[in-house]
Amino acid sequence: MPKAGSGLSLDGDRIPMWLVLELTYRCPLHCAWCNNPLDFDNYRNELSTEEWKRVLREARAMGSLQLGFSGGEPLLREDLEELVGEADGLGFYTNLITSGIGLSRERLQVLKAKGLKQIQLSLQSSDRAITDSLVGAKAFDAKLAAAREIKRHGFPMVLNVPICRQNIEQTEEILKLAEEIGVDYLEFANIQYYNWALLNRSEFLPTREQIAMAEAAVARTRARLGKKMTIYFVIPDYFDERPKACMNGWGAIHLTIAPDGSALPCQEARVIPGLEFPSVRDAPLAWIWHESPVFNEFRGDSWMKEPCRSCPEKEQDFGGCRCQAYLLTGNAANTDPVCAKSPQHHLVVDAVAEAVAPGRRHRPIVMRRRDSINTAFMGCGG
Amino acid sequence: MTENSTVAAGDVPQLNPLYLLRWEEPQQAHVMLYPEGVVKLNETAAAILLLCDGQRTAADIVADLNSRYTDADVSAGVYRFLETSHAKGWIRIKS
Repeated sequence: MPKAGSGLSLDGDRIPMWLVLELTYRCPLHCAWCNNPLDFDNYRNELSTEEWKRVLREARAMGSLQLGFSGGEPLLREDLEELVGEADGLGFYTNLITSGIGLSRERLQVLKAKGLKQIQLSLQSSDRAITDSLVGAKAFDAKLAAAREIKRHGFPMVLNVPICRQNIEQTEEILKLAEEIGVDYLEFANIQYYNWALLNRSEFLPTREQIAMAEAAVARTRARLGKKMTIYFVIPDYFDERPKACMNGWGAIHLTIAPDGSALPCQEARVIPGLEFPSVRDAPLAWIWHESPVFNEFRGDSWMKEPCRSCPEKEQDFGGCRCQAYLLTGNAANTDPVCAKSPQHHLVVDAVAEAVAPGRRHRPIVMRRRDSINTAFMGCGG
Repeated sequence: MTENSTVAAGDVPQLNPLYLLRWEEPQQAHVMLYPEGVVKLNETAAAILLLCDGQRTAADIVADLNSRYTDADVSAGVYRFLETSHAKGWIRIKS
């Protein structure tokens, strides 16, 4: 999933500069916008410590530089500290992407000693009740305590706030809270609609008016704080006329390894049927990255159809997101329908209109839980 | 931005502590690493930033580089780069 701050100013030279290790899909929270697969519980066959270390060595040898330890909740892996130490020793810039649940003072001390460089903590609201209801657990107090400990240990900190209709109007309060904590980077990441978030799309899409208000609050705070806190505000691509430059292009700089060792061009790529994702258990990472069919499927632009093929902007956005193209149009090689040039752009326009239609019947939000939905129809991932 | 990005001769620039500047062998270049980002530096950019140690003044940095690159006076280029770096938040001016 592209992040506001991940615009690498490197061409990459076909190097997987940005490596994300999804250490586990286990998580104490139940966020209804989770980008983990719907059948996350089928991925219990997690790589061992030694297997993860081998992935780290192989990736570093290929020139990987930025490393995200993600999940699920990576703190549920008891070998996290050991893996951070290994990665730091190899020369990675190590990022921990966490809910903060389980991030004790003791673990922070060890992570610091092992060379962890920065921590990205998620927070859903400045309000306890709203946070706890959005994540389906009593989490607010633990997250706030974690935030303060992170700063006490001197880590650079990104506070990541997934934005939806339920919390977007608290932008002002969230900005104040982040300032008070001493956050270095505040990232308002509008929810992107894949997996769990797509199930709940009509309940989460904000209105244009809400987005404008939030942007105004961000602008006021930027003017007041200057460089003290960097604030990213990514508007949801559904409200845009052009697609995001998803992953800087398929197989260009991003490489994600799922808990079971599957190598993915992006975290969502398994939603596209018919692709075979090789496992680091079965093949060398360099072969997977350079040679495997799946990493070449949408690499470059030879796969493009019209209107992308002849579009002067194809070098800027690479046709948008392959996963979104599949999820909304049924064909991953289509233009991302977020683009106003897409013949299926109405699918996005209609989704926004439906979400804000007056008198619409609201649906219950589906929380990320093993038994929330029937995933028996899905291919087993693990 | 509320801060002024001009850099004077007596200013003491210092790398932003959020940034890690180091040689990256596979890229054969210096890179700056920070949360969720990488900047690959060309040789002169790296030479300037490596001197932003919180000790040297901007004038010291210019003098140092002038002694190494003798073809032309680097002064204008160095100040311009320091100002850009300051605006981007890569360096801070020590007060």
